Amino acid sequence: MLAEFIGVLLILGLALVVAGLMALAPKLLGPRREFAEKQEPFECGERQIVSPHQRFSVKFYLVAMLFVLFDLEAVFFYPWGALFRELGWFGFAAMGVFTVPLVVGLLYEWRKGALEW
Amino acid sequence: MMDGALFFYIFAALAVAGALGMVLNFRNAVAGALSLVGTMVSLGAIYVLLDAYLIGVLQVLVYAGAIVVLFLFVVMLLNLRRESFSAERQRAVKLAAAGLGVLVLLAFLSLLPGAFREAAALPEGFGGYRQVGMALFTDWLLAFEATSLLLLAAMVGAVILAKRDIE
Amino acid sequence: MIVGVAIKMLFIVLVIMGLFLPLITWVERKQAAVMQDRIGANRADLLGVTAMGLLHPAADVVKLLSKEDMVPSGANRFIHQIAPMVALVPAIITLAVIPFGGVYQFGDATVSLVVADIDWGMLYILAVGSLATYGAVMAGWASNNNWGLLGSIRASAQMISYEVTMGLSIVGLFMCYGTLRLTEMAVAQDSTFRVFGFLEHIFGLSGPWFAWLDWITLPAWGIFLQPLGFILFLTCIMAENKRPPFDAPEGESELVAGYHMEYSAMRFGLFYTAEFLEVPVIGAIVATLFLGGWSIPWLSTADIVGAVGGAFGQGFASGLCMILHVGSFLLKVVLMIWFQMALRWTLPRFRYDQVMDLCWKMILPISIANIFITGALVLWLDG
Repeated sequence: MLAEFIGVLLILGLALVVAGLMALAPKLLGPRREFAEKQEPFECGERQIVSPHQRFSVKFYLVAMLFVLFDLEAVFFYPWGALFRELGWFGFAAMGVFTVPLVVGLLYEWRKGALEW
Repeated sequence: MMDGALFFYIFAALAVAGALGMVLNFRNAVAGALSLVGTMVSLGAIYVLLDAYLIGVLQVLVYAGAIVVLFLFVVMLLNLRRESFSAERQRAVKLAAAGLGVLVLLAFLSLLPGAFREAAALPEGFGGYRQVGMALFTDWLLAFEATSLLLLAAMVGAVILAKRDIE
Repeated sequence: MIVGVAIKMLFIVLVIMGLFLPLITWVERKQAAVMQDRIGANRADLLGVTAMGLLHPAADVVKLLSKEDMVPSGANRFIHQIAPMVALVPAIITLAVIPFGGVYQFGDATVSLVVADIDWGMLYILAVGSLATYGAVMAGWASNNNWGLLGSIRASAQMISYEVTMGLSIVGLFMCYGTLRLTEMAVAQDSTFRVFGFLEHIFGLSGPWFAWLDWITLPAWGIFLQPLGFILFLTCIMAENKRPPFDAPEGESELVAGYHMEYSAMRFGLFYTAEFLEVPVIGAIVATLFLGGWSIPWLSTADIVGAVGGAFGQGFASGLCMILHVGSFLLKVVLMIWFQMALRWTLPRFRYDQVMDLCWKMILPISIANIFITGALVLWLDG
């Protein structure tokens, strides 16, 4: 059962070791001279004028929401695509019925300007 | 089977650690949400260990890859502070959370007596995308089609919630 | 068993990370120089030998290792530390499911050249890709820097948008191959199809007049079965990995450097590695899905075994196939790397609103239409 996942676990281990060593190396090899001015976040030569922790445009929230919804839609497409020949016209019709409301939703968003940037 | 149990304990420990990280990071909601990613990925791995391969990968794809991103965006973009809510509202939310917690605990305890029994033998190909997909697109067709209406409702809701700010 | 898996893993990781990765950092500079009619990348020298700038990757490593590793004040130290690792790990572990060769028989032993032959390999790639978003989000958010945060918000919104269309654009391919397992997809492409076969099927055109049409064949590669899907998928996977011309999240003219702004030394190097590693990984995924994987056009495994198996024995034929197939696969990856580099130095960067419009208003509707057109065609031709 686990045989096919040995490779995944091995490569995950290797990736963690490689990334860990690369992250650790400068701590051991690099110089270390800290002072307050140097540690300041970069702001093109100024002191930070506004804090980065502020509200962002609602667009990004909307994109994340639409992403979740369309991702859920896409998730149904993957097994359906692989089983397509077995399901035949019946599966084609079933997915057509499933897709119509989503296309309507997409058009609604388009018309309402939710996709404008 | 020994190695299966070993991996179960590893991923279960990671899942619990991620969940604790989320709860204990109450001062920093973004770090809490990031910690939730670890829980979701570990849960996906546990599903795979249970032979529920499709559910396992969808757990990572949908929950870790999509839903937590939405949480993060909401937390990061709104940057709400404790002061933005009234005292009554905070109390109400705490009460609701406590009530939900008790309900989940009760549900868990009610499942406990039946949990320790021998696992049934699984049919060939169980939990793969072929079996789950075939069941979904034939036996559970109505539920599948209804999902799309649910998604449409959610889309309309998202647009209406954000509409005021777009205009 | 575990040793065999480890050897295959080391082979693919060493070829991609140890050989292609340093070469790509060189090619990026050298191809830029060639395309812009400059001399380029020739300053790093060892005792006067510059070797066409081939020493630059080594100079990069030395420099990145010897610089100071800084954490800005006000940063979330822990998340700032682990973010580069979160960015790099997904790029490496994607390689696990890529078949860089077929299945070969040596006497009793069977060698399958893939690290992990998972039944839902394509979903694994999509799931791992969806986790790569967090590297950018964590880096930008933890840095306490305005530019970093803006870059990471842009990066994550772009990555999640293209993740959806990336998945939808290859559903047509799943329908043609009838599988989500990458090794089966590669095997399915190790054959040819008659370009005008549909004439006979639909119009009943057959007989001596049309016999010559049977000679016109194409490899049964994804790019020929799903030409539209290929363009959509290539666009999406490049945008999903923030490769130029879709690198608005790190557009230096607007955001200075984007989400890895406050990183220095080797922890910047991790982002740098992740970004350059994505080039061959994209190449490998595209080659496997659309360019026939390890297969050789018009020369299937059965042809090779039939030609040399009788004279030199089964073992020799398998070995020859293996070497030719791995070579064919790596050649296709190199071709895709060259293509990405040529694009990078040809097209100017898109504006951020153009990137998002392209995703939601062009690629999403077209890929949904592509799915249903493919479906109707497949069922029609199957009769």
